[in-house]
Amino acid sequence: MADPIHQFEIKNIVTLGHIGGQEIAFTNSALYMLIAVGVIALLMLGATASRSLVPGRLQSIAELSYEFVADTLRSSAGNEGMKFFPLVFTLFMFILTVNMIGLIPGTFTVTSHIIVTAMLALLVFFTVIFYGIYKNGFKFLKLFVPSGIPIYILPLIVFIEVLSFLSRPISHSVRLFANMLAGHITLKVFAGFVTMLGGMGFLGWLGATLPLGLTVGLTALEFLVAFLQAYVFTILTCIYLNDALHPGH
Amino acid sequence: MTGGARKNDGSGKPSPEEAALSARLRSLGARLGSTQRNRPVDENVAARQGSDPSAIARGFRLSTELVAGVLVGAAIGWLLDRWLGISPWGLIVFLLLGFAAGVLNVMRAAGVSGQTKG
Repeated sequence: MADPIHQFEIKNIVTLGHIGGQEIAFTNSALYMLIAVGVIALLMLGATASRSLVPGRLQSIAELSYEFVADTLRSSAGNEGMKFFPLVFTLFMFILTVNMIGLIPGTFTVTSHIIVTAMLALLVFFTVIFYGIYKNGFKFLKLFVPSGIPIYILPLIVFIEVLSFLSRPISHSVRLFANMLAGHITLKVFAGFVTMLGGMGFLGWLGATLPLGLTVGLTALEFLVAFLQAYVFTILTCIYLNDALHPGH
Repeated sequence: MTGGARKNDGSGKPSPEEAALSARLRSLGARLGSTQRNRPVDENVAARQGSDPSAIARGFRLSTELVAGVLVGAAIGWLLDRWLGISPWGLIVFLLLGFAAGVLNVMRAAGVSGQTKG
C-alpha cells in the first residue's frame, strides 16, 4: 500500500546554494507556489484584458472574487479596512488556488506544511501589530485592557488577553494546515483501500466499491474544505485587521 | 436591449440610441455610486463570527482556538522556567492562564462573549 505521508515529502529540484551550512534549494513546494502565482496572474490578467460592460466568463470569475473578498473585508473591518484589500485579496486567492491545485491527483499541496501557513499567519499578525502601533500609537495597547473590568482582577485579565492575542497566529495557521493535511491523508488512505481490496479477487472487488464511493464523496468534501479554509483564513485576517484599525473594546 | 449598440458604428457622431444608452449608463453609474456609499457597514462582528458556513469548520475552529491558547501558555511558562530558573511555577501559572485565554478565544469565536469586538 502506498504510504499516505509520502505525498507531503519536500524534494529539492535545484540547489541554489548554501547559507550558513543550510541548503537553500528550489523545492517542489516552491514550484507549486510559483505555479499558483502564475495561475492567479494569468486569470486576473486574462479577465481584465477585455473589460466589457457585460462580463464574460473569466471576467465574471474575477469580479465575483473581488466582490466576495471586498464584502468580507468591509463587513468585518469597515470601510477603513479597504486599504488592506490588496493584502487580503492576495492571501485569499493564493490560499484558494494552492488548495485547489493540491486537489489535482499527483500534485503537491503547499498549505499542508505548517511552515507555509505559519508564515502567512505571522505576516497577518505582524501587520496587525505594526499597523496598530503606527496608527493608534500607545492606544493600541487598549486592546489588552477591556473596559468595565474591576481593577483588582485587571492584571489577570491583561495577562489572559495578551496570551489570547499571542495564540492567534497558532490557531490561524494550524487550522488551515491541519485541515489540508488531514483531508489529503484521509483521501490517500481510502484510495489505498481500493487497490488493496482490488487485489483480493471477486469478493475484494465487491468490497472495494465502498471505499471507492467514499473516496469520491471525500473528494467533493475536500473541494468544499479547500474553499472554506481559504475563506476562514480570510475572514479571520479581516477580524484581526479590524483590531489594528479599532483597538479597545 | 437594442442589439449590439454598444460599439460606435464608425461615424464620429454617436447615434441617438447610442446617446440614450450612454445616458442610461451614466445614471446607472450614479445609482451604483450612491448605493455603494450608503452600503450598511455591519459593525456586529459577533454575528459574523458566529455564522461560519459549515458546522465542521466551526467545530474545528473552536477546538484549535482552545488548543492554541493552552499551547501558548505552556510555551511561555516553560521558557520563563528556563530563563528565570523558577521551575515549575512558570509552567503551572502560565498553563492555567493559557487555558483561560483558550476559553476566552473559544467564547469569542462562538460569539458568546459580549466583547467580541476586540
